[in-house]
Amino acid sequence: MEVIFLLIGFSLFVALLFLGLFFWAVKSGQYDDSYTPSMRMLFDEKKTSNKNHQETKNRDV
Amino acid sequence: MSIAEPTITAQACFHCGEDCDDNPVVFEEKAFCCSGCMTVFQLLDDHNLCTYYDLEANPGISFKSAKRRERFEYLEDPQLLDKITDFKNDHQISLSLYIPNIHCASCVWLLENLYKLDEGIQKSTVNFLNREISLLINTEKTTLRTIVELLTTIGYEPEIRLEKLYSKEEKKPHNRSLWLKLGVAGFAFGNIMLFSFPDYLNTTETSLGIEFRVIFGVLNILLALPVLVYSSSDYLKSAFAALSQRGINLDVPISIGIVALFSRSVYEIVSGTGTGYMDSFTGLIFFLLIGKLVQKKTFDRLSFDRDYKSYLPIAVNVIREFGEEISVSLDKLKAGDKIRLRNQELVPADAILLSDEAFIDYSFITGESEPQVVQQGNLAYAGGRVKGISAQFRIQEEVENSYLTSLWNNEAFQNPAKELTLTSFADRISPYFTSAVLGISCIAGLYWLSAYGIEQALSVFTAVLIIACPCALALSTPFTLGSVLNVFSLNGFFVKNSLLLENFAKSEAVVFDKTGTLTQAEEAHIEYKGYELTARQQSLITSVCRQSIHPMSQKIASYIPAVNILEPDHMDEELGKGICGHMGSDQVCVGSRDFILQHTGLKEAEVPEFTYSGSLSHVTINKEYIGFFGVQAVLRKGLPPLLKTLKKRVATFLISGDNNTEEENLTPYFGDRNSMLFNQSPEDKLAFIKKLQQSGKKVSMIGDGLNDAGALKQSDFGIALSDDTSSFSPACDAIIEGNSLQKLNRFISFSKAGMNIILASFGLSLLYNITGLAFAITGQLSPLVAAILMPLSSVSVMIFTFFATRFKAQKMELRIWK
Repeated sequence: MEVIFLLIGFSLFVALLFLGLFFWAVKSGQYDDSYTPSMRMLFDEKKTSNKNHQETKNRDV
Repeated sequence: MSIAEPTITAQACFHCGEDCDDNPVVFEEKAFCCSGCMTVFQLLDDHNLCTYYDLEANPGISFKSAKRRERFEYLEDPQLLDKITDFKNDHQISLSLYIPNIHCASCVWLLENLYKLDEGIQKSTVNFLNREISLLINTEKTTLRTIVELLTTIGYEPEIRLEKLYSKEEKKPHNRSLWLKLGVAGFAFGNIMLFSFPDYLNTTETSLGIEFRVIFGVLNILLALPVLVYSSSDYLKSAFAALSQRGINLDVPISIGIVALFSRSVYEIVSGTGTGYMDSFTGLIFFLLIGKLVQKKTFDRLSFDRDYKSYLPIAVNVIREFGEEISVSLDKLKAGDKIRLRNQELVPADAILLSDEAFIDYSFITGESEPQVVQQGNLAYAGGRVKGISAQFRIQEEVENSYLTSLWNNEAFQNPAKELTLTSFADRISPYFTSAVLGISCIAGLYWLSAYGIEQALSVFTAVLIIACPCALALSTPFTLGSVLNVFSLNGFFVKNSLLLENFAKSEAVVFDKTGTLTQAEEAHIEYKGYELTARQQSLITSVCRQSIHPMSQKIASYIPAVNILEPDHMDEELGKGICGHMGSDQVCVGSRDFILQHTGLKEAEVPEFTYSGSLSHVTINKEYIGFFGVQAVLRKGLPPLLKTLKKRVATFLISGDNNTEEENLTPYFGDRNSMLFNQSPEDKLAFIKKLQQSGKKVSMIGDGLNDAGALKQSDFGIALSDDTSSFSPACDAIIEGNSLQKLNRFISFSKAGMNIILASFGLSLLYNITGLAFAITGQLSPLVAAILMPLSSVSVMIFTFFATRFKAQKMELRIWK
């Protein structure tokens, strides 16, 4: 049963780690703008060249 | 800015979605409404940025109605750069720019890919709600001016206002510390709950139980300490501040509860008599902070406290000795400088007109709906907007000394006490609440003292303080008002401070401004009355009216669908009075009655005299009376029914800086002439509001211009009307969108409902307090009961207020979803 003290220590350590991460997230400004990132995730990173852009357009129509 | 439905018709501009009319510019099989739109497309196409058009259909900004491109030389001035940048070193600057045109996902995408257009841009990040772009610029490769010009070319002209030069305001930390406090409280709450769990099991008999108790007790104290010191510091400070001023606000009983909870728990743990209430303590703080976060909901992108500096642009075009134009920032503008202003530009400081004549629209400053004619050598006041042709001026006063500024700084227009005296209902009842709680705890303590001794008495005494801690009470106001504010914002009504809503709910008189508020100058309704016009006559009238820049003539010209436009041989214009044109053998005169009589030689009886509500222009062709054109300002959509229903519940008034030509028109809506005042100066408006308030009424004022600023501040609830929430509005307590004004009556009802919901949730939370008190007085408050009762009361109040406000909103047919 004494192992529980070890486990408590470990769980507290993990919890503190998350608290630290939360602090980092807030301080780095992630909570300043909670709206724009939801738009940003819709963007594709692929580079659409003009040609295949037209192709996709045509397919849509 | 209107974005058309995303249709793929041949006629909608590929870039901005506007109608291409008859002759679209065609490029790569795509139709564009103007060459401006096409240029942007070409530019984006060249840089592989056409994803812009995939994310949203026709996302672009129309160039048709765009202003002439501004000049940005002033952005090269290093002193100015220091003022507007956030950070600057030898090869880098970072700054954020406000871009009102940001409106969709495509905008965000394009602006964040700006580096593809200019390699000097190292990073660009958009904040959509604030409509702001943060830029990191490599100054070795590009300049700020180049970037601003690039932004302007693609339709995203940043708005740089004068206020930036004066106040280098610190960026708000955006509730960051509140988030951190909440994080700490939540962290401690969760862990303490976990560590308290064994206490609820009966493990005291075993030796392990005692070890557990010691280690968990120590851990609980260690975890709760930062919550007391850091997370709850706002409440403790506020209570201390209130007490040191011999006042009591709601934070006082909360703080008493907090301190009692913590010290009793520490005592129990240290003395080994119990397990303490640390889970309740941290949970309480956690819920309170959530309430605070909800209350802090602000509309960052709207600014409610503006002054004249945010109205004026940052620079004007100054004409130098040899006729060249250079843009100069306003703080460097000196008396004697010669400036040129174009259509729609603002006069930055009181100035004398050098051109022959100019039309200046003072509607924002004075409320007059008709633009005024200024003749050469006369003074044009700061804040006026030049209409039509460009004009040259010589500055008379520096910006700080102009009429606009002195009007603004008028002490009568300041009302700083309005928000300081704000107290919520909860704060008002807290003295009674606190004394009741202290009374009950003392009586209960004394009772137990006589019967069972000091230890039991202290235990009951603190138990009462703990359980009576008005945490649900403290939550009901922010949650209800937060919910109400949310519904309002979904309906185009943005309130600055939720506590002010009470004033709005109680308003007994609503005062409207006319120009720009009830009526819209651009939407003026034009009509023709008289003999039917032949095609020939139509083209004659249009051809003459086209020659004048007077807004009335322009309206007539665009009203008549003339086929062939003629070039008049000879023109005669008396500014602001009328115009006569000769085309071949025909003579056409359009103008006021006096002007017509003078120029045509007609007898008085031949030109009828009307009382017309609105402005009027008579027409004669070849000295024969044909008829007249009347221009009436039309009320905004949905206003007639609003004014009728509003009149039944509150007194309505109209107060206008304009003349009374439309009195006739408006009488049916306001009942009698006594409730309509015309030709009022800004000071008169303010005095009128004061008079109403002295008669014991709560007054709400709705206005749009600077001339209403004083009245808006004086009123109990000042609402600024703005057709575009990104554009300028005077200082106010709330901003309402133009097309939401028709819902005003429902807004008042809804804010009243909100007040009732607060009362109901007070009742609910008091119920919990009384239940808890029953436990506490009888000496049965175990940590378990406290741990259940406290979160239960908070959560049920949150749920109740949330659903009650949504339910009410739905019943009143207000939008509750995006």
